[in-house]
Amino acid sequence: MWSAVVSRGKTLRLTDVGGGANVGLLLYNADLPVERYNMPDTLKGQHTFHLRHPLCLHSDMGRILASITADSAGWHDTVCGCSDARLVEGKFGVRTYQEARNEFYRNGLECFLIELAKWGLGRRDLVPNVNLFSKVVADEAGRLTFVPGHSQAGGIVDLRFEMNSLVVLNTCQHPLDPGPYRAAPVLLEVFKTPPPPHDDPCRVSCSENSRAFLNTEAYWALRAD
Amino acid sequence: MKMTESNLAPGSAVYRLVIGAGDHWAHEIRRGQFLRIVDLEGNQAADTLFCDAHDPADRYSAADTIRHQAALYLTTGTRLMSTGGSPLLTIVADTCGRHDTLGGACSRESNTMRYSAGKESMHACRESFLCAAHEWRPELGKRDIACNINFFMNVPVTPDGRLTFEDGVSGPGRYVEMRAERDVVCLLSNCPQLNNPCNAYNPTPIEVLIWDPV
Repeated sequence: MWSAVVSRGKTLRLTDVGGGANVGLLLYNADLPVERYNMPDTLKGQHTFHLRHPLCLHSDMGRILASITADSAGWHDTVCGCSDARLVEGKFGVRTYQEARNEFYRNGLECFLIELAKWGLGRRDLVPNVNLFSKVVADEAGRLTFVPGHSQAGGIVDLRFEMNSLVVLNTCQHPLDPGPYRAAPVLLEVFKTPPPPHDDPCRVSCSENSRAFLNTEAYWALRAD
Repeated sequence: MKMTESNLAPGSAVYRLVIGAGDHWAHEIRRGQFLRIVDLEGNQAADTLFCDAHDPADRYSAADTIRHQAALYLTTGTRLMSTGGSPLLTIVADTCGRHDTLGGACSRESNTMRYSAGKESMHACRESFLCAAHEWRPELGKRDIACNINFFMNVPVTPDGRLTFEDGVSGPGRYVEMRAERDVVCLLSNCPQLNNPCNAYNPTPIEVLIWDPV
């Protein structure tokens, strides 16, 4: 699990080192975290059920927190949330620190709450998270199926930040993953990136995103940046 | 779609209230009580949040509800789960057939993203949710307004992963009814959205009814 503030103008690259990774991700406006990633606005703004390049992660204030500027997976789940202690125990049993040292079983909810607490945040700040690298499809009746083996070894996703963002993430496996317990390693790298040009693929991917970029730039126009 | 009728008679309800479009409602529902929401004129979105009455931070979680049933739409049998991972209420009757929990609530801010900057001044669900939250507990705020349920709203997801807002599957007099599994608070915004078909471009009243445990 990991959390950090990544500033506007930087890109976080996540690499699925060995394949089959999952990254539970939440984003907050680092300057005022009551503004946060919002699943419904992200989905209805972009008329989609899943994330991919050139789509964006929207906040609940009509702005873009981060843009997906590169993506080898092509489908990232947005609706299934994370595992909790009951789910992990029900699927895998119990493995304590006493018996397994740092191979003990963790769960997504606990990891989120631990990292959120380091920034003065907690249960009131929990919202549906993104599951990067994981694919879940819905049939006509809305029944969900996890697609195993979706993310390949060496796969990447780049998040270019449009707002100063508190990034809170963990590598607990997807809650609907039927496979054995695992926490696949993910490499994190941060690069400096120029501001998005007028023809940026994420900005022009739909008119809603173009307006959200304008909202984001209006926010920055009022601040000393 | 599955339709399930209720045996509870409106005449035996202990509470009845008609909520106009654009209005809000905050009300406690005690463990074992039944809450029915009626779409009086059809195709109205009832944006709804729940939380534990004694622990407001343990609140309705769209993701936990979806994960527990491994399905997107809410209907009879769906347990409305909290962030803490246990049920707040269970849907026990539903004459609409499916309800949405992906579409969230409208806000003045999201309207500027979805439609145009000129829509900023229009009344939106977030305002109603904040008023409802303040009415119940003045110390609550935007942090406490998470992703909600849209009763009677139709937001189909296609197998290739697209999401659309369509005309409702609901109709006049259709209802959804749920049993509280613990003491909960319902925060409700009867959606004032005029810019998409979630209310058939004509927001209308809903009715809420509560029965004591049977």
